[in-house]
Formats: sequence, C-alpha cells, structure tokens
Amino acid sequence: MPVESVFPRLEALLPHVQKPIQYVGGELNSTVKEWDDCDVRWSLMYPDAYEVGLPNQGVMILYEVLNEREGVLAERTYSVWPDLEALMREHGVPQFTVDAHRPVSAFDVLGVSFSTELGYTNLLTALDLAGIPIEAKDRTDDHPLILAGGHAAFNPEPIADFLDCAVVGDGEQAVLEITDIIRAWKAEGRPGGRDELLFRLAKTGSVYVPKFYDVEYLADGRISRVVPNRSGVPWRVSKHTVMDLDEWPYPKQPLVPLAETVHERMSVEIFRGCTRGCRFCQAGMITRPVRERSITGIGEMVDKGLKATGFEEVGLLSLSSADHTEIGEVAKGLADRYEEDKIGLSLPSTRVDAFNIDLANELTRNGRRSGLTFAPEGGSERIRKVINKMVSEEDLIRTVSTAYGNGWRQVKLYFMCGLPTETDEDVLQIGDMAVNVIAEGRKVSGQNDIRCTVSIGGFVPKPHTPFQWAPQLSAEETDARLTKLRDKIRGDKKYGRSIGFRYHDGKPGIVEGLLSRGDRRIGSVIRAVYEGGGRFDGWREHFSYDRWMKAADETLPAFGVDVAWYTTRERTYEEVLPWDHLDSGLDKDWLWEDWQDALDETEVEDCRWTPCFDCGVCPQLDLDIQIGPTGKKLLPLSVK
Amino acid sequence: MQRIRLRYTKRGRLRFTSHRDFQRAFERALRRAGIPMAYSAGFSPHPKVSYANAAPTGTGSEAEYLEIQLAQHRDPQQVRELLDASLPAGLDVTDAVEARTSGLADRLQASVWELRLEGVDPAAAGQAVEAFLAAGEVQVERRTKNGMRAFDARAAVARLEASAGEGDRPDGNACAILRLVVRHLTPAVRPDDVLSGLRATADLAPPVPAAVTRLAQGLLDEETGAVTDPLAPDRDAATTAPPTAAGQSAAKAPSGASPANSGEGTA
Repeated sequence: MPVESVFPRLEALLPHVQKPIQYVGGELNSTVKEWDDCDVRWSLMYPDAYEVGLPNQGVMILYEVLNEREGVLAERTYSVWPDLEALMREHGVPQFTVDAHRPVSAFDVLGVSFSTELGYTNLLTALDLAGIPIEAKDRTDDHPLILAGGHAAFNPEPIADFLDCAVVGDGEQAVLEITDIIRAWKAEGRPGGRDELLFRLAKTGSVYVPKFYDVEYLADGRISRVVPNRSGVPWRVSKHTVMDLDEWPYPKQPLVPLAETVHERMSVEIFRGCTRGCRFCQAGMITRPVRERSITGIGEMVDKGLKATGFEEVGLLSLSSADHTEIGEVAKGLADRYEEDKIGLSLPSTRVDAFNIDLANELTRNGRRSGLTFAPEGGSERIRKVINKMVSEEDLIRTVSTAYGNGWRQVKLYFMCGLPTETDEDVLQIGDMAVNVIAEGRKVSGQNDIRCTVSIGGFVPKPHTPFQWAPQLSAEETDARLTKLRDKIRGDKKYGRSIGFRYHDGKPGIVEGLLSRGDRRIGSVIRAVYEGGGRFDGWREHFSYDRWMKAADETLPAFGVDVAWYTTRERTYEEVLPWDHLDSGLDKDWLWEDWQDALDETEVEDCRWTPCFDCGVCPQLDLDIQIGPTGKKLLPLSVK
Repeated sequence: MQRIRLRYTKRGRLRFTSHRDFQRAFERALRRAGIPMAYSAGFSPHPKVSYANAAPTGTGSEAEYLEIQLAQHRDPQQVRELLDASLPAGLDVTDAVEARTSGLADRLQASVWELRLEGVDPAAAGQAVEAFLAAGEVQVERRTKNGMRAFDARAAVARLEASAGEGDRPDGNACAILRLVVRHLTPAVRPDDVLSGLRATADLAPPVPAAVTRLAQGLLDEETGAVTDPLAPDRDAATTAPPTAAGQSAAKAPSGASPANSGEGTA
C-alpha cells in the first residue's frame, strides 16, 4: 500500500516559518526509493535541527548503507522548530521525512541517533507529532520500532520507557542485521507480533530491549540488580564493532544541503577509537579499539567525495586526528593533490605538540593562518595527571612558540572546570597558562597583537569512563570557580586585554549530568519537561534549567532520590550502575583501577606504543588494534 | 576572460531556496561541473559570479539571471548543460549566452509574475484588480530589518490582470490567476506587496498562501507591457552566429559531454 506524501499539506505551512528550505529535502545525493519496492523501511532521525543533523556522519552513513541494499529504504527526519511544530499541530500534519515527506509512523523502524542526551525531549516531540505513543508499552504492532543509537545509547536507561530497543557501538553492520531480522519476521507474517520481533532482536545479544529487563532497587534508592525477565535474553548486551574501515568507505556520496548547516565540508573519518586514555572522555573509552583507515582508503574517499559534492573543504575526522600513523603523508599528499583546486584541509581534534604545528602549516600552505586550537583540558600539571591528559606546560609553550613563530596569531585553548579533585587553584592556573602563552607569543613574533582565547566547559561525568563514579561539581561551585578565574584574567593589567574568556554557566551541565548517569526513574522527569514545553535543550535560547528542576522536584521524591543524588554524589565500587548490563567492552575493574590511579595522580600510557594495560576491550571482543603504517602512498589520480 | 550569462529557474519545492542557499549550491555546482572559473584575489579567493535581482525566498521563478567569469574559454551551451546536470532538479539552467554587451543588471527593468490564488473566485479577483488599478496610490506595509515600513505599491505596477485558473485540487476549488508586470523601483515592490494592496483596496484575502512565480525579467515596453528577453542583445551582438537555439527552447545539444556528477573513480 503506497504511503501518501504530506508535502502538499506541509507546503501550505512553509511560507509562515523560518528557513523553509530545511524541510523540503531534495539535497544532492539524497535518495528516494519506491515504497512498494521495499519490504523493510527505516526512518532515521537526528533529534536536533536540520542544520545540525544533516551533516551528522552517523546518520549519513546509515542512510547510504541501507539505501544501497535492494528492497530496503531509508529516509531522514529531523526535529522541526517550534514555529513549524505549532503549525503542524494546528493543521494535523505529522512528523515527516524530508526525502519523500512520508509520515514517520508508516515506517518499520524509527532509528534515532543520540550524540548528546540533550536531544531526549526532541525525541518525545517527534514521537508525539508522528502520532506514535510516547511510551513503548502503549504501542501496537502497527507502530514502528523506536530504536536508539549513538554515544548516548551507551546508557539508554533514562529513555528506556520511550524506546523499544537500542544498539550500542558502530551502526553499519548492526542496521543490516536488524534489517534481516525484520524482513524474515515480516515474510513469515509477523508471528507473535511486536514482542516476538523484539525477542528475536534481543536474542542476538547485541540489541538491547529495555522491556525484557527488570530493574530492582535497594531501600536507599540504589539499584540492586538488573535482570532479564524472559529466558533467552542475555544478561549483558554487547557493543557492535566494525573492524576494517576500508571495507566501509561511507559516506561515498555525502549529502549536500541547500540550507546552510553547521559543517559544510567533505568529512572523512580517518580512524575510529582512541587509546590516549583521557579519563573524562566517553568517546575515547567506548569506541575502542583504534581502527585506522588506510592512507589509500582516505585518498580515495576524499577524491570521490569531492567529486560527488563540490565541497571546498575536507575535514579529516577522528578523536585525535594527528595520531593517525601516517597523518604526515596524508596531509602532505592531500595538500599537494589539491593545491590548484583551492580545497581547504582541516584537522579537528589535535593534540598539543610541535608536530601538529608542522601539520597545520602543511594544511594551510595556500591559505591564511588565523587560529590554532589546543585542548590542554586542565589548568595545572596536577589536574592533567588526574585526567590523564599527558601534556606539560613546557610542551604547550614550546608548541605555541613554534606556532607564533610560523605566523599564527591566535591560539585557542580548551579547558574543563569541575574535574574530579579539582580546587580553585587548579582552575586559576588556567589564567597563568594564558598569560605565559601571550608572553611567549609577543616575544617570538615581536608583536603585541597576539591573542589567546580561553574556552571553558563544565565537566560532566559519563558512563563507561573511569570518572563514572565521580561526584559532579554543583552549578553554584562551578560558577564561583569560573568567576574567580574571570576576575583574575580581567585584573591582569599587562595581559588581560589579550585574553579572551568564554565559558558557560554550570546549570546546563547539571541537566546533562542527570541524563548521562540517570536510570529509568529519570524518564518521568524527561516526560514532565517535554509536557512543560521543553524542546531543543542543547540550545541556550530554548533550554530552561528551572523547567528541569521543577520537573525533577515533582517526580523524583516519589523514588526517594533527587538531582544531587544523580549528579554530585560519588558512587562506590559496589554500586550497580544503571548501564552495567550494557557492555562497552571495557572491564569494570579496569575502569575502577583507572579511577583509583586518577585519584593518585598516576598517568597511563597509550597502548598503541606501550604494552597493553588490559582495559578489556580487545580480548572481550576478540579483536586487536588496527594501525599502520602501511608504507603505501596516496593513489596517483588517473583522472584530474 | 570570458563572461557567460545564464538564465536559471527555481521550481517546485526548491522555490524555498533563499538566495544565499542558491549561491552556495551554485558555487558547488561549478566545482562539480569542473567549470574553469576565474577567482577573485585575496586571502580567500572565490569564483567570480554576479547575481542579479534574486526572487524572494518562497517564490518560484522561471527567469533568474547571473553572470560568471571564466579563466578559459568555453562553449556557453556546454557550460549550461554541465551546470544544469550538476544542480539539483528544480534549479535548472535554461539559457546561456556569452556576454557581448555591458549591463545585464540594467536591462532587468521589470518582472512578469504569475500569482495563483487557490480558493479565490476569479470574478472577485477581477474586481479587486480593477479597484487596485483605479487607485492613484496604494499604501502597504512590509516588515523589514528596521521594522514595519510603509510605501506605495501602485506606482510600480505596469500591468495587472485577473483570469480564471484550473484549481489544482480534486474538489474543483475556485482558482484565480493574476498576471502582474511590475517595474523594478526602489523600494522594490514584490508580489506579496501587491497582494497586500489588493487586500487594502478590495479586501481580497486568499485562504491559502498564493503560489507565486516569476515568468520573465527584462526591458519593459511601456506601450504594450511586454517584457523582453534580457539576453537577446548579447545574442544579437554575436557576429559569428554561434550554434544556439533561441531562448528557453534550447534543446539538449548532443555534444558528447556526459553529466559530470562523479563517474570515473580510481578503484
């Protein structure tokens, strides 16, 4: 049965909304397949505005992987802004995909990619607009499966009430496996209905179905255990890991939007995973082991991607791009290849060392040298040992000295505030570091127009990291500490005017913390916030701390817990954590030891160039790190 | 340095493309199509493209114009085909000539617009048009960056006619079609300003937003109200007549060049 496009009805609303182009689809390289030619149909959602969601690599990859399959279609849907939401409600237009403007409720699966927990309220908006019951228990066989993925899915418990299932880890192979299971179940005439399908998915051991697990609590509010309530459902759900990135050169045909988006470039993921071991970094912990794309694989993806898109910039993405074993050759090779074509190269997420200045120089060979960004993360040597960010102040000064000497005029430094064991003194040293950077810059360049911008974010402890047991700093203490730092920087007569200071107040971090380490009881808070008008919580102009606190005050006392219990409370070794039954591959005892090492200010090396320190990932997943060098060269191009 | 003038469209759902959106899309299409563009000098060189008088976001157009500068000489028809293949369907390049005269922008004196008013009785639209044309001045307001601004929407209107259209809904809804010829003056009078004027003079209020399309831009013949092809002078000036079919009817010339979407990969 064909599904009707809602576009004619949507079209009449578009003249009344901001930036209507974001809702019309038609992007270059987008795909619309015949509904009736396909038997498994996915809608893929990035639960934020189109301008943020469209460039998301995860959604783009899955969209292409699924659409390449015969008999499978995938379309995309994004959060609509409140202006359109109001009109859609008024005129009865449901949540739609931008590809063929089909109603989301008509698909077999709604796959939602959560990069951040702050998208949870947007999931609820989309479900409600789609006419899909917000809570999984109210859905029937006619409703799509609501499936979560992305980094936040490593603790899906706060949204367990709203999900049918979740996948942890890499999605490429997972979506195809799920597709096969859905296809078989549909071909058999949907035996056993929705529950049977979910059971088949759960039995694989790598799809988490919250309803098949019961959470039991202790009198003090902590979890006593999480148990499967159905035989055949595994005690722990394991993560998906794609091993050979060269076999998955996606996106091959990146989407090119007409609307303006946050990243307008051809992105190539040059490796996945990171073993630097920064203890605050959830991404680094949950994406292990390191798997490099080969230099030739990178070269081909860049070449084909540029031809398919016409982008003017290439971003070499990963968690620490300069750590690719052949990054020097990659950067030089690409800079040589595209010298004539005015293609810019960018390397986000680089570390503080002089090698990276050479790289940066190479990448900006033809362009201007404006700003370089480094992330020392901690202001004092001591706190950097706690977080295992192994960079000394001498390293940093030597690096910026080289940078300024090479014509760079502005350095941006990223830090966090509220790290475990942190004191005012650790944070105040950020100011000293900025002063030393400016002083060095003036000395080396012989000029006074040197600038250093200090950008500070509040630290939020995350699941599956050594800091998952750590107390989060309260919003008040975070704000007080940052105010002291601001006063110190502003009070510096000689250097203060050269230092830019950017920070966020501590309140959004508390909500993020509540959602990150929350359990199923947080679902009632999310629902109350949504019903109270909460939308787009990642956007400062839409976020309301008071709305979150009010909702928490109304719903959590019934469980004998509160926001502080979830955020500023330190956990003990014995405590069952809400995400313990989701296996990221990391050994919980290793994480605990690393947490103890953090408290002792003991650093741990990177296993890429030192012996294995038993984080648990490789043996558990029966894998190994995959790194070069391959010694190969970028392919000479046959066509130019 | 060769300059090529192009006519392009904004059709269907892509009429919601803003001018900024179009500029980005066009510059990427130039790259994909491998057009040897001339670049500006400076820190961040960009391809030399002059855009003229873009239609407002949300209105369709059959007659948008721009001019590009090339670093190497190319056949305009081939450039048109390559760009047309490279742009998304709906943003279609429909005509191309080599610039041989000055001042394309100066020739864009007036526009012909079609306004489809679904659910409006053609007779009522006709009466509103009469009232509008009979008025010496029609003050309307529009929201601008600096707040509400009032101006006359009447003086710029050279022609305005109402006719009956076929409703595009199955229920046989009434549909009026307005054909509007408007001079490009300052402040610019847009089709929606004329609609505001019709509401002000005759209380004409379409139940759904009008579907507005620019049909033509060019020199205005004040006598007949005709708007003539602004690329015609360039075509006329071409002494050695190039193999160009006139106007929009330019068929796909089989020149052997395949669409430049991607293709030859290095496996």
